[in-house]
Amino acid sequence: MIGAGEMALLRPQELPDACAGALAEGWRMQLAYAWWPDPKSLELRYLLSRAALHAFAVWRCRPVGPVPSLAPICPLLGWYEREIADLFGVEFVGHPEPHRLVLREGAQPVLPPFDPDYPPDLAVPVDQTRRFIPEIAGAVADVQELPFGPIRADVTESAEFLFYYIGEAILHYQPRLFFKHRGMEKRFEGLLPGTAVVLAERVSGVGSLAHALAYCQAVEAASGCTVPPRAQSLRVLLAELERLYNHLHYLGHLAHTTTLKVGEAEGKLIEERTKQLNARLTGSRLLRSMLIPGGLRRDLAPQGWLGDALDLLRPQIEAYCRRLAGTDSHLDRLITTGVLDRETAFDQGATGPIERASGLDRDLRRDHPYAAYGAVEVAVPVREAGDAHARFEVRIAEIFVSLDLIRQVLQRLPDGPVRRECLPQPGAEGLGWSESPRGALFYAVHLDGAARLARVKIKSPSFSNWRVFPSTVHGTNMMDYAINEASFGLTIAGCDR
Amino acid sequence: MRLWTLFGLRAGMATTTWPSGEGSDGQEGVLGMPRYRPELCREGCAQCADICPTRAITIGDDAGAGLPLEIDYGRCVVCQLCTEACPTGALTPSADWAFGVRRREDLVWQREAAAPEPDAGISGAFRRSLHIRHVDAGSCNGCESELQALNNPFYNLHRLGIFFTASPRFADLLLVTGPVTHAMAAPLRAAWEAMPEPRWVMATGTCAVSGGVAGGGYASGHGLDGVVPVDLYLPGCPPNPAAMIEALLMFLGRMPQRVVGGRFGE
Repeated sequence: MIGAGEMALLRPQELPDACAGALAEGWRMQLAYAWWPDPKSLELRYLLSRAALHAFAVWRCRPVGPVPSLAPICPLLGWYEREIADLFGVEFVGHPEPHRLVLREGAQPVLPPFDPDYPPDLAVPVDQTRRFIPEIAGAVADVQELPFGPIRADVTESAEFLFYYIGEAILHYQPRLFFKHRGMEKRFEGLLPGTAVVLAERVSGVGSLAHALAYCQAVEAASGCTVPPRAQSLRVLLAELERLYNHLHYLGHLAHTTTLKVGEAEGKLIEERTKQLNARLTGSRLLRSMLIPGGLRRDLAPQGWLGDALDLLRPQIEAYCRRLAGTDSHLDRLITTGVLDRETAFDQGATGPIERASGLDRDLRRDHPYAAYGAVEVAVPVREAGDAHARFEVRIAEIFVSLDLIRQVLQRLPDGPVRRECLPQPGAEGLGWSESPRGALFYAVHLDGAARLARVKIKSPSFSNWRVFPSTVHGTNMMDYAINEASFGLTIAGCDR
Repeated sequence: MRLWTLFGLRAGMATTTWPSGEGSDGQEGVLGMPRYRPELCREGCAQCADICPTRAITIGDDAGAGLPLEIDYGRCVVCQLCTEACPTGALTPSADWAFGVRRREDLVWQREAAAPEPDAGISGAFRRSLHIRHVDAGSCNGCESELQALNNPFYNLHRLGIFFTASPRFADLLLVTGPVTHAMAAPLRAAWEAMPEPRWVMATGTCAVSGGVAGGGYASGHGLDGVVPVDLYLPGCPPNPAAMIEALLMFLGRMPQRVVGGRFGE
């Protein structure tokens, strides 16, 4: 696969041994997905990564009938296999959680929705009455169930959270996601690669730029085109502006959960100022409508004002972060809250600031450089404690890394064109990635015989981190829940797609 | 413990005086809906319609209206592709983002359209105090990002007498985002049924108005029409916070409706 490294073809029965061997060698599974190379045969793809600057590896498998589940060996694959089972109808034998994930429990579509014969625009029926609930209570009496959602308080995304609790103590927590599943991957099919960037920007609104970037790089890998240096540098600038407003929002929202009212207001005010800078620079507060396979849709003029504007914001951000980090009532609620240990973080697939707060030193910008990241110095803040405080500290440190990266880019912004023609060949395929504010984001793109999109797989960071998150909730208490959830900084749109 | 209150007071007033005063609306540079000038269209040209990802622009087959294009801003996701494709300047980028309307047909470009009846929307008792229940029916979170911004110190929605409330029982207006995924249709309807009358519904963002880029397929509907009755439409992808404020104040009879027959501010 172009963009990835070596590609191996495995038989289904070879998968478990190969997986165990790869894990023992230090590889980590990044994602798995299915697609139809032709209407008669389905193919599974597994993407693996190793150490920094080491190329990705891809496994292909063309199953006839059931496939052995790899989830018992590699837990983070559990959700990927359930998604493939729901949408492609593949049966994974020995899966520890053989339930619906993306579709509602009880949904019985006429065919799996990604089957080549599935009628276009036929709605998958929703059965609201059935749901899988694990046996929690056992012999324990007085366990109460609190279903919360899918419509919750304030302006929040839709999801249902099930708490099983006694008094303050949470025995078990089960998020029910995918109420917001829009079938976005299917919406890409049949589109021209250039137009479809509009969809990529609308998979996860607060990750518009990271999604567009990973998507464009996947199409660029499929076509073999190179992006002009000025566009590569501006892509870094835009990606760091996205991280900046997201992390500031995160700090404000975290202060909201610890009831630090002025801290919340200040964080959200600085976020607003950065969004206004985004609009001044690009015409979009969410940095949309800028990227296109081959470069940028139009040139940007950040010189002469953007650096000055950020230099004005920087001392405000420094003072704000210093004040947060010096407020005992805030820190008391964060320290030891929602601890994610390093092993669980690795095994369950935590990504981005979450894994870096649990001692895993990984960042796609440095480890698998793209755009102009290879030409700048990317510092990667890491903490060991794995609690909400560590996640808070990692995000604060990343804000200043972003400001430094923006400064580096503005000082050395090359002149020249910002766009080259990028037309992938029929049947081509490519892999693209970016380190979004929430972690590793991948796009795998396959083109059909007319060079239109045949399959687009999106692996968003929140899909990974939602998988991990419940393990930090079981056995904790109700008062910490909202703080812990805020400390993860999850989005639901990106996870549900 | 730092002196947050003192710090907050020392930082001074961050809230804009807009829309009543001379302050900024905060949207410098924001691109809105493309502006359409039909007289510049070239015969046989279909470049905008070909590239539009949501079929907001289609080639007119209504000879009676004499328009080369049919433009439905209720389907526009503000992606600007048409303004880049248009060879004649018939479609140009604009700052026309305050697109809240009370009638769906006002989002469709027409040569002539009668202005809506003033005060048709809402009774006087609600003009200075409105409580909103938000429901995310499958949005990309872009609309939520901008809705959350309404309560930041710059916009400070409370100063206008408009509040978000947790329970639909206390809500006057149901503000819905997203194309209405099949899984969210029943919870959305339950929230609407739980509201006391009089109740109103606002379709916020192009997804809620018409489905947007996600509409259709196996998992998504095409917005609110046919799910719950809609009283206020605000397309945009996402609509910015000032556009939301303008739409709400327009609905409360405190600002004029800027868009009539798809034409902005004429």
